[in-house]
Amino acid sequence: MKVLSQIKIPARLEYLQKSMNLISSCARDQGFNQNKILEIELAAEEALVNIFKYAYKTREGDVEIICGLDNNENFILEISDTGEPFNVLSVADPDITADISERQIGGLGVFLMKKLTESVQYRYEGDKNILSLIVFKDKSNI
Amino acid sequence: MEIAARKEKNVLVVSAKGRIDAVTAPQFENSLFDFISKGENIFLVNLAHLEYISSAGLRSILATAKKLKEKKGEMLFAGLQDPVKEVFKISGFNSIFRIFATDEEALAKIE
Repeated sequence: MKVLSQIKIPARLEYLQKSMNLISSCARDQGFNQNKILEIELAAEEALVNIFKYAYKTREGDVEIICGLDNNENFILEISDTGEPFNVLSVADPDITADISERQIGGLGVFLMKKLTESVQYRYEGDKNILSLIVFKDKSNI
Repeated sequence: MEIAARKEKNVLVVSAKGRIDAVTAPQFENSLFDFISKGENIFLVNLAHLEYISSAGLRSILATAKKLKEKKGEMLFAGLQDPVKEVFKISGFNSIFRIFATDEEALAKIE
C-alpha cells in the first residue's frame, strides 16, 4: 500500500472532526467528486464511531487512520485500533423493510459502511483490529 | 448543524442545515424531543440544506418517529439532496416515511 496521509488520534468522539478533515482532504486530492467524498466520510465515520464506542471498554486507547492507494491503485482507508478483537463484518444486516414500530434503532452504521464502499475487509494482526475500506475510482465519482 | 422551526397550521416545519453526524445528532434529537414535549405531533422535516447525515442522525430520526407514532403523529420529509437521499434509500427510510420534493407539496398532502 502506498501511504498518502496518516493520523493517530485518541479513540474519542471529540476527535471525529479532525479525522474527517484528513479523510476528506485525502479523498479530494485523489479527485473524487463532492458526493463521493461525503460517502467516504460517512463510511469512515461509521467505522470510527464504532471504535470510539466499543473498542476500549476498560482503558483509553488510540485509533490510527491511514489514507492511501492499494496495490491496484484503489483508494483505501485503513483504520486500526488495539482494543478488544472485534470483527465488524460479523454484525448482521438490519431489516430495512420493517415498519416504524418494529424497526430496530441501530445496526445501520455497519450496513451503510458496506453499501458505500466497494469492499470492507477485516483482519486481526498482532494486537490490532485492522479495517480496510476500499473505494474504486470510476466515471461516476470523479 | 442548525435547526429552525415554523408553524404551518397544525404542522411544525423543521429545517436542518449542515451536518448531522455522531457529534451533532444528540442536539438534533433533543430539539425534536423538545417539540414533542411541547405538544407538536406532525413534523415536516426539510433537509434541503442538509449536506450530510450518518447513522447517528438516522437513529435520532427513527427514535423521534417512534415517539410520534405513539402519539398518533407523523414525521414527513421534504427537499432531500443527493447524498442524504442516497442514505435514506440504502437505509430503507423511503418505505417508512412520506418524502416530498418541497414543503408546499408536502403541506398540500397533509390533512
